[in-house]
Amino acid sequence: MDYFTVSPAPHIRTQESASRIMLDVVIALIPAGIVSIFVNGVGVLWTILISIVTAVLTEYLIQKFMKKPVTINDFSAVVTGILMAYNLPPGAPWWLAVIGSFLAIALVKQLFGGLGHNFMNPALAARAILLAAWPVRMTTWVLPDAVTSATSSATPLAMMEGTWASASKLPSFLDVFLGNIGGSIGETSSVALLIGAAYLLVRKVISWRIPVTYIATTFILTVLLGGHGLYGAFYQIFLGGLILGAFYMATDYSSSPITPKGQIIMGIGCGILTAVIRIYGGYPEGVSYSILLMNVVTPLIDKYTMPKIYGEGKAHA
Amino acid sequence: MASKILPFAGGIHPPHSKHSTEDKKVEICKVPDIVKIPLKQHVGAPCVPLVKPGDKVKWGQKIGQPQGYISAAVHSSVSGTVQSIEEAEQPDGSRVETVVIQNDGKDTPDHSIRPGTLESLNAEELRNIVMEAGIVGMGGAAFPTHVKLSPPPERKIDTVILNGSESEPFLTSDDRLMLEHPEDILYGCKVIMKILGVSRAFIAIEDIMPEAIRILSAKAEGEKGIQVVRLGTKYPQGAEKQLIYAITGRQVPSGGLPMDVGTVVQNVGTAAAISRAVRTGEPLTQRIVTVSGGAVREPKNLLVRIGTSFRDVIDCCGGWKEKPVKILSGGPMMGVAQHTLDVPVTKGTSGIVLFTEKEAAMPEVSNCIRCGRCASVCPIRLMPLLISANSLKGNYEEAEKLHALDCIECGSCSFICPAARPLLQSIQVAKKEILAGRKKRDASVSNDLSEGRTDRNKSNRT
Repeated sequence: MDYFTVSPAPHIRTQESASRIMLDVVIALIPAGIVSIFVNGVGVLWTILISIVTAVLTEYLIQKFMKKPVTINDFSAVVTGILMAYNLPPGAPWWLAVIGSFLAIALVKQLFGGLGHNFMNPALAARAILLAAWPVRMTTWVLPDAVTSATSSATPLAMMEGTWASASKLPSFLDVFLGNIGGSIGETSSVALLIGAAYLLVRKVISWRIPVTYIATTFILTVLLGGHGLYGAFYQIFLGGLILGAFYMATDYSSSPITPKGQIIMGIGCGILTAVIRIYGGYPEGVSYSILLMNVVTPLIDKYTMPKIYGEGKAHA
Repeated sequence: MASKILPFAGGIHPPHSKHSTEDKKVEICKVPDIVKIPLKQHVGAPCVPLVKPGDKVKWGQKIGQPQGYISAAVHSSVSGTVQSIEEAEQPDGSRVETVVIQNDGKDTPDHSIRPGTLESLNAEELRNIVMEAGIVGMGGAAFPTHVKLSPPPERKIDTVILNGSESEPFLTSDDRLMLEHPEDILYGCKVIMKILGVSRAFIAIEDIMPEAIRILSAKAEGEKGIQVVRLGTKYPQGAEKQLIYAITGRQVPSGGLPMDVGTVVQNVGTAAAISRAVRTGEPLTQRIVTVSGGAVREPKNLLVRIGTSFRDVIDCCGGWKEKPVKILSGGPMMGVAQHTLDVPVTKGTSGIVLFTEKEAAMPEVSNCIRCGRCASVCPIRLMPLLISANSLKGNYEEAEKLHALDCIECGSCSFICPAARPLLQSIQVAKKEILAGRKKRDASVSNDLSEGRTDRNKSNRT
C-alpha cells in the first residue's frame, strides 16, 4: 500500500526564514560595531558580547521556565543584545549592559508573548529604564582620544543644543560621518550604519518608508525651526543616533505599523517628535523617546490605515 | 504585437520549475482498459446517468444529463460497455457517482453533436453546442462554460479575455496548447465573441512564454478585435480578478463576478475545446495534462482521456524513478494532495505533480513576527496575518470584517511567510465558518418569518 503525504496547499514555500532575516540584521550591524571598537577601544567589544550573552541566556531561561519552545536560534535575542549595547555609552560598566539586556528580553519581550508581540522596541525601552535609573552613567561620554584618560565630554549634539556649557569646537563633518566622535557605542559611525542599512534595504528586510520619512521630517523641521541653518540641520542628521534609530530600531516589525500608509505616518510622527525634543526640549537626544512614543500609538495607526481591498467600495447591483 | 503590461499589486515569484516539460510536445496517453467517468466534474449539480450497467456506449456519447441551470453534460471518453455506476473518490477529495466503462479499444465515435462553422451558426446555436459538448472551465475552476456565456441581459459585456497565463509552477499544458494548436484557440475566441456579441478580445500570455506570444500574435494578425497581450510573469497572474485588472484596469467588486465589470474570462484550453466542438462536433472527452515533479521518470505533457486513473497516466510516463512523497492534482500553489492513485483525471485536471521527499519538505512553523510580508504579497490587499490570527482564535466575526470572504485562496501569503505559518489554511477555515454561520442565520430568519415572529419576540429566543 503506497502512502503519500496529504497536506493543504500551498505545497511549496519560500526559502526565507525568520532566523535568516534576523541574521541579516546582525550582519548589517557589524560594520558599526567594528568602527566603534576601532575608535573607542576594545572595551566596547566586551560590552557588546556581554550584552548578547545576557540577552540570549535570559531568553533561554525564561522560555524554559515558562515551558515554551526555546527559540534562541532565531537570532532575535542576539539582535536585541547588540542593539542594547549600541545604545550604551562606551565607558558603561558591564552590569549596565547585563541589566539592560535582561530588562529588554524579560520585561519588554518575553513577558508580553515573545517574538512578534513586543509592543515597544525592547532595546530602546530598556535604555529608557536605564536612563531613568542611572542618568549619570548613561550620559557620561568619553571622547575618542581620551579613552585612557577617561575625560568625560559632550556629544556634538549636546554641544549644538547648548546643554553643555563648554566652548569646545564642533567636530568636522568627516569625523561625524565616519564616527570619530562622542556618542553611544553603535550610533556614531554614520557611514558604517548606512552601509548596513543599504544591505537591509537590498535584502528587503526593511522598507524605505519609515527611515526615509523619519529622517526627512526631522531634517525639514530642524531647517525650519532649529536655528542652525541648512548645513546645521544636515549635519545634525548624522548625530544623536538618528540613523541608528531610523533604520534599525523604528523598523522593528512587532512595534511598527504593518500598513504602508501607517509606516509613513510613523516616520513623520517620529520625525516631528525628534525635532521638537531636540529643538525645544531640555534633552539633546529625542530619538529613543520618539520611537517609543510612536510604538505605543502603532496599533491605533494600523487600525485607521487599513488599505482598500481589491474591489472594495464598489458594491454591485 | 501588443505589449501592454499592467501589474497588479502583490503576487510572488515562486520558482517556475517548468523546464522539464515546457519543450515536450504533447503525446497521446495510452487509452486504458477501464475509464471511470465522474458524473460531476464541474461546479454545480451532478448529472444523472443516462446509461446503466451492460449498455454499449460510443466515444463522445452523452452518459450524464445535467440537472438544474448550473450543470454540465458528461460524455464517454471511450467506446465500450458500461460496467457499473458506483460512488468513487475524486481528486478534490469528494465522492461522486462515477460511470465505469470497459474500453473495447475501437474508439467508435458518436455523432450526436452536429458540427458547423462560425459563419453558418448563430449565437444561440453556438452556445447550444457549447452546452451539448459539456464544456467547463479548463483552467481548473470547471465552471459550466455555457452558463458563463449566458450573462443576464442587464449585464452588458464588452470585453473577452482568454487566459493563457499559466502562473502555477510546473504546469505547461496551456503553454503547449498555445504552441501546438494556436488556430483552435483563435477560432474558439471568435466563437466566444460571437456568442456574447463582443467585438474586442485579449489573449493574455505571460512574458516567460515568448514563443507562444509570437505564434499567437502571428495568428491573430488578421483577426479584427483580437489582441495578444504580454503580461509580466508573476503568480497569480492567471487569477481571474488579477487578469482583468492588469488588462482593463477594472476591479471586480467585492462579492461580484467579472460580468459585473463587463468582462468574461476563459481559459485558452476552454476556447480550444469550444473550437473543436463547433468544428467537429467533438464533446469534451480529453484534455492536456502536465505530468511533472522530481519523482516522475519521464515528465511529459499528455493528451489524456477523461476518466483515466492517475495511476495509468503516471505509468505512461515510465512510472516513478524515486518514491514520490506527495502526489498533487494541479500545481503546487493551489493543487490538492492525493492519498491514492486510483482517482480519475477529470475535466479540470491540469497537471499531476509528483514530489520527491526533498521537494515536499516543509519548514517548521514558528510564531508570527509581524513582518507584514503576507500583506504585501496579497493580490486582494488583505491582511492575512490578522485574518489568520483571528481565525485561529475562533473570532470568525472579526475575520469577516477583515474581508476573509474576498480571499481568492491563491496561497501567496503562506508561500512568503518566513515563519511558515498556516495562513491560507486558517483563512479557508474562517471562510467556511463564516459561510456556515450565514446559512444558519438565514435559516433562522426564514424560520422566524414563517412562524410570524416579530423582532420583539425574537429577543426572547436563545
